[in-house]
Amino acid sequence: MIVNEQVAVDHGLKKDEYAKICELLKRTPNITELGIFSAMWNEHCSYKSSRLHLKKLPTKGKKVIQGPGENAGVIDIEDNDAIVFKIESHNHPSFIEPYQGAATGVGGIMRDVFTMGARPIANLNSIHFGSPQHKKTKNLLRGVVHGIGGYGNCMGVPTIAGQTSFDSSYNGNILVNAMTLGLVKKDKIFYSKAAGLNKPVIYVGSKTGRDGIHGASMASASFDEKIEEKKPTVQVGDPFTEKLLLEACLELMAGDSIIAIQDMGAAGLTSSSIEMASKGNLGIEINLNKVPCREAKMTPYEIMLSESQERMLIVLENGKEEQAKKIFDKWNLDFAVIGKTTKSKKIELYFDEEKVADIPVNTLVENSPMYDRKWKKAKLPKKNKVKKEDIKHLKIFDVLKKILANPNVCSKEWIWQQYDHTVMGDTIQKPGGDAGVVRVHGTNKAVAASVDSSAIYCWAHPLTGGKQVVCESFRNLISVGAKPIAITNCLNFGSPENEENMGEFVECVQGIGEASEYLNFPVVSGNVSFYNQTKDEGIKPTPAIGGVGLIKDFKNMITMDFKEVDNLVLVIGKTEGHIDQSLFARTILDEKNGPPPEVNLFNEKNIGETLLKLIDNNLIKSAHDVSLGGIIVAVAKMCIKGKKGINIKKPKYLINEIEYLFAEDQGRYIIEINKKNLKKVADILNKNAVHFDELGIIGGNKLYINDKTKVTIDELSTSNKSWLTNYMSK
Amino acid sequence: MKSSVITFPGSNCDRDINVALKKFGFKNKMVWHADVELPKSDLVVLPGGFSYGDYLRCGSMASKSKIMQSVINFANSGGMVMGICNGFQILVESGLVPGVLLRNKYLEFICKNVFVKINNKQNKYFKNVDNEVLEFHIAHNEGNYFCSNDQLKEIEDNNQIAIKYCDENGKIEDQFNPNGSIKNIAGIFNKEKNVLGMMPHPERMIDTSLSGEDGSLFFKNLINNLK
Repeated sequence: MIVNEQVAVDHGLKKDEYAKICELLKRTPNITELGIFSAMWNEHCSYKSSRLHLKKLPTKGKKVIQGPGENAGVIDIEDNDAIVFKIESHNHPSFIEPYQGAATGVGGIMRDVFTMGARPIANLNSIHFGSPQHKKTKNLLRGVVHGIGGYGNCMGVPTIAGQTSFDSSYNGNILVNAMTLGLVKKDKIFYSKAAGLNKPVIYVGSKTGRDGIHGASMASASFDEKIEEKKPTVQVGDPFTEKLLLEACLELMAGDSIIAIQDMGAAGLTSSSIEMASKGNLGIEINLNKVPCREAKMTPYEIMLSESQERMLIVLENGKEEQAKKIFDKWNLDFAVIGKTTKSKKIELYFDEEKVADIPVNTLVENSPMYDRKWKKAKLPKKNKVKKEDIKHLKIFDVLKKILANPNVCSKEWIWQQYDHTVMGDTIQKPGGDAGVVRVHGTNKAVAASVDSSAIYCWAHPLTGGKQVVCESFRNLISVGAKPIAITNCLNFGSPENEENMGEFVECVQGIGEASEYLNFPVVSGNVSFYNQTKDEGIKPTPAIGGVGLIKDFKNMITMDFKEVDNLVLVIGKTEGHIDQSLFARTILDEKNGPPPEVNLFNEKNIGETLLKLIDNNLIKSAHDVSLGGIIVAVAKMCIKGKKGINIKKPKYLINEIEYLFAEDQGRYIIEINKKNLKKVADILNKNAVHFDELGIIGGNKLYINDKTKVTIDELSTSNKSWLTNYMSK
Repeated sequence: MKSSVITFPGSNCDRDINVALKKFGFKNKMVWHADVELPKSDLVVLPGGFSYGDYLRCGSMASKSKIMQSVINFANSGGMVMGICNGFQILVESGLVPGVLLRNKYLEFICKNVFVKINNKQNKYFKNVDNEVLEFHIAHNEGNYFCSNDQLKEIEDNNQIAIKYCDENGKIEDQFNPNGSIKNIAGIFNKEKNVLGMMPHPERMIDTSLSGEDGSLFFKNLINNLK
């Protein structure tokens, strides 16, 4: 095939990018080379629109062993233990083929983690669908949930937490973000940096097929009406092979024969070989005839661009091939020496004894395009005033039941019951709490993890929204008694070529950066997914934050269910009555404008740390952060989980009942304490200048407000639990 | 007491059952599926997981693996063999216990705590368990037990039903049946009651910090019965 500008454009490259390739090579690339450039230079692999801004994120900290730039981030959890974790998107494939798209998303992120030598110990996910009324939503939801379960359950890794939302902006472009945590010994972490000359380059795992060719390029473009035709670009997952690959890799890693290892994810053999060479400042030579292929007559172009799953590339020490091969034979996996490291600093490919590609590695990596895209700054919207006549006819419990049954608040049990969340025997906090918690096997330590996003807030004001998501993650970890350590982010946005979408990206990233800096909660890994749009309509900006924290003694873990009758319940953090962008404003008042609640980082940090002090002093019986739906929704969930009632009294300060109960002011938690400890708790709160309200006393099986109006907990529970099950069974 | 846990390439509850057996006093050995000989054991466990990927009927390939011939011989000579979840599926496929396991009634994987009522205590697995009802945990996609009417009659006549899904008070009704199993069957024995296949995972209920303690009760009792 003759390569020209049009062929390059068909590969998703811009005309000036093609010109730059010709200039760098000082010749016209052949078709294989063009394929390689298109795979490396697309948005998904090159981060060409985001790199400039991602640089501003805080990525260092005392507990950070490895920040962004590797397969995943690594943090120190003491005693020579470390946690490897990352979140990644698989949005585009999941919309085209929900089961396989979601399944391979889970497979891909687990590979990123075990490539570094860590055994995966927990999976999480953040999934976002269109309006429940949209004709595709139900099938997409079912397919995605089955796909996530199908892969994770087979791997035997518990899925411990997640987040699901519905919004019409995802009608034409759902989001599927998968996160994995792995456990590794600090001195046994593996990296992707190749080193040494003439070292054997080994291919292991599944055979290479024609699936997923140009998957990464597809993920770097917008959808249009012909999207169904892209089905062949979706990879097909085989979790059983991945399980074998996991065990085989960990067995090989127990020895000392690996110099570098890299999984073949997006852009397959192309990006894995180039990344290893680039990081090691070396060249790599590959004989493509040696690559195990699933189908006959695959061309160099297809072999290099295939995104077949469950494959790894390894640079081994010389002479260790036989010993390594034995392990892969035991697990019935392909093992092939396909090339070697060279000093050429080029990627050189041979096929049928002919050289089919010859590209300097730096042209693909350092010289890849980087854009400073134009972006528009968002204005802070004007505040709305809640009008008395709009709320005076409202009955609080009708509103509460409606909000508890809202698709974005309701119980997601239908989803997480389909995920094996107890395998490995260390899940001590199951899905449905503020964060999932797993013990570090055989120790007293436990790791908490949560995944959060607030697209509504980010859409209303990206800078505030970006900060808020990080704070929410911080709060969710603290609510289970964990000390927050670090985050991973999955940045889902519309087109970077659209100034407004780009502005949302830039400002959300700025917000994330400010909050993570202030809270000492650095970003150690992540992924950017642009072009989440169909035609010209982008999704609401949806940065998803995966937070990880440590509980030193798992017996001190906190859960949200109310524990004991006669215990006292407090709200800590001040309620100002911010209704704009709250679930109440959007679903009850139908008011979609206004600013999101303000984020005060000083308060977040101070209140969070003070709550950790209370937990350390064994003063907290249950805790839950206040988020969507405000105080009353948080309390209702604690009642439902604990199967206990409460009598709530609104404190006397000025705002009215509705504003007090449904406002979504940030930096607040509900805590349960023993009455006799009130003085101790109050002293600690006062000493740290943390505002608190005494909300009520636990008892009975009803939720009362000011002794008067009441509703049974069973009724609330039914509202909360039935929506999703009913929706999916219709 | 010596136990052996068979590890198939896709087993994923092998570590969990190893932890449980050791916790309650078994000297446990892990045995690779490609091995031919079974170590001397008082109990052999086929763990949960996806043995060979289970892209064919669950457990069918595993039932033909090298080690299974020894397990079958061991069972036929009266040895204690317990299959949990995928292990149950392998037992069914090997013909060590009757019936088949179909896909769950609602076509969905299900992971949750369930209650089971012990139907027969005249065997080494459940003898001396004080409780009538145990709280166990299930996590499976193909646990819908089925057999022909003739087989069912035979199973009932021989008292081969081990445990049935029920509520916390032991009431056996359709609404407490998580997967559509015939007669709410959660586990069955072979005729001689030395082989037990069950969908629930007692090894996930051995610690108050996890889901509960009824698994501890089961294992403590089991090792005492074997002594």
